[in-house]
Amino acid sequence: MGKKILTEHISDPNLHKLEVYQQHGGYASLEKALKKMTPDEIVEEVKKSGLRGRGGAGFPTGMKWGFIDKKSDNPHYLVCNADEGEPGTFKDRYLMQCNPHALIEGMILASYALNANKAYIYIRGELYYVLRILEKAIAEAYAKGFLGENILGSGFSLDLYVHPGAGAYICGEETALIESLEGKRGNPRLKPPFPAVSGLYNCPTVVNNVETLATIPWIVNHGSEEYAKIGIGRSTGTKLISASGHINHPGIYEIELGVTVDEFLNSDQYCGGVREGHSLKAVIAGGSSVPVLPADLILKTKAGEDRLMTYESLSDGGFESGTMLGSGGFIVMDETTCIVRNTMNFARFYRHESCGQCSPCREGTSWMEKILARFEYGGAQAEDIELLVDISKNIEGNTICPLGDAAAWPVASAIRHFRDEFEEHIRRNGCYFE
Amino acid sequence: MEQKNTTISFSPDSLELVNKIIKRYPEGKERSALLPILHIAQAEFGGWLSPEVMDYVADLLHLLPIEVYEVATFYSMFNLEPVGECVIEVCQTGPCMLNGAGEIIKHLEKKFNIKVGETTPDGKFTLRAVECLAACGTAPVMKVGTEYHENLTTEKVDELVNHWCKCGKMSHLNPYQE
Ligand SMILES: Cc1cc2nc3c(=O)[nH]c(=O)nc-3n(C[C@H](O)[C@H](O)[C@H](O)COP(=O)(O)O)c2cc1C
Ligand code: FES
Repeated sequence: MGKKILTEHISDPNLHKLEVYQQHGGYASLEKALKKMTPDEIVEEVKKSGLRGRGGAGFPTGMKWGFIDKKSDNPHYLVCNADEGEPGTFKDRYLMQCNPHALIEGMILASYALNANKAYIYIRGELYYVLRILEKAIAEAYAKGFLGENILGSGFSLDLYVHPGAGAYICGEETALIESLEGKRGNPRLKPPFPAVSGLYNCPTVVNNVETLATIPWIVNHGSEEYAKIGIGRSTGTKLISASGHINHPGIYEIELGVTVDEFLNSDQYCGGVREGHSLKAVIAGGSSVPVLPADLILKTKAGEDRLMTYESLSDGGFESGTMLGSGGFIVMDETTCIVRNTMNFARFYRHESCGQCSPCREGTSWMEKILARFEYGGAQAEDIELLVDISKNIEGNTICPLGDAAAWPVASAIRHFRDEFEEHIRRNGCYFE
Repeated sequence: MEQKNTTISFSPDSLELVNKIIKRYPEGKERSALLPILHIAQAEFGGWLSPEVMDYVADLLHLLPIEVYEVATFYSMFNLEPVGECVIEVCQTGPCMLNGAGEIIKHLEKKFNIKVGETTPDGKFTLRAVECLAACGTAPVMKVGTEYHENLTTEKVDELVNHWCKCGKMSHLNPYQE
């Protein structure tokens, strides 16, 4: 069994209660961090742990914290990204629901390290019931003196609040999230300036994913060296993988980074293999935004090596033959899946979620959906394949935020690896799957 | 000069909650409370945000009405037209589609004799297809008010709907209250 950091005690049905969380060692890190460590020492520990952001981009967390503008006279803010909108990803909801205090403890540590006295959890609006779990947990933490004025007599004070979104995938993008938290439309901002310099209310701000923040207590308790021992190379630690689609055991699994894709997909400890009587066709390994890979390329790299569940191995081969770990949304498709239909479904998603600021994304996502519908329902011409590739290229890299790329990559990769299926849809003038 | 609308106002309880939420943001940044307050307003005033309700919220937060309209129109959880008493939102995105969301949607359309996006003539149910609800491992999934219903089958959906018909299910709930 691999090491468990976030889910070690998650089978305890009362873990969401502060008392029970404490019985499992929860909040122990506060004494150590707030009284014996300086904020810079914590940043240093997080840097050395190699922890990378679990929201999708995989940016080194300690480095991001190091960018916070210390010269600024403005207050600093920590914002937790709990928007979890990436199709195929459902780990943050689970973590917040079952282990809310790990997030709160992590946010106290991170706020201390960043010298922030106010922090917000921006949670997707649909998750009312999780919002209430968090509010209760926060109230418990206040009552215990873990939040509020002068925490544990350390002189450090922190207020923590939950803030619901209202149904907009784009608000998971950090600058759109900040706009939304300011009570505006979720239109991403141009970067630079980065949030660490000018974020919430134009103050230095760090935005981190739920899973990233919930990992911090373990690093403070056990030290960066212990953390860095888990995993392989620059992919240190554990990662929650959300597994869905045509598998025997869909669910959330905490893996040590570095298990092989084959083991993750086929072992009973994890996905338990493709559902009975069916065979693997394709996998989207890191949430809907990353390139889809056919069965052979997800299990082995182009060079024939075992593909591992790490940032590096999954992206081995670039987009020609690789993909990305992303947010860890592992979507499995068997031979009954129509790739065209699935791609059209995601194209609709991105068209619906585009904020509309940038023409390439606003117009491009809409065209891609329409053209894909011609393949699926009939009417596509031979040149439509190149047209799709062309549109995807015109979106990629030409937008304020990466939603454009996220919309383009699934289409481009589907054509790259399943061109014959698109051609067959043209020949048969529509879909030939069930 | 401003036309104050006196016909609607929050209940004392909601007003207390609203004031508590406004204080969560720094002084001068009260606008941050807009999304939480729109959620509360939608629940309290019949499940949708009429222009009067939005004007009232604008007044409360000292915003221009347009500043509220432009936000309300951006977010898919805010209804700008009346909806049924119970809004059923079935996830239609990739992973749910792979696991039969299409059948669930068709089944509900047939059961209610309406199309996605419509409300039953008696005003009881509105059916919607929405995007990924962050529950793909227990697909297919639907959200009804503050509840998630997962691992759906047509039988399970029938049971739920029959139950809701009997109990007069209402999905417009204040996100902060049990
Ligand atoms: C369109 C879009 C949607 C995103 N959605 C999320 C999300 O739901 N949750 C999340 O943590 N990060 C999301 N991100 C990534 C954030 O912009 C940001 O990188 C992340 O919150 C940083 O936290 P981390 O460094 O801890 O990963 C999204 C990015 C884009 C471009
Ligand atoms: S695709 Fe339906 S919950 Fe994610």
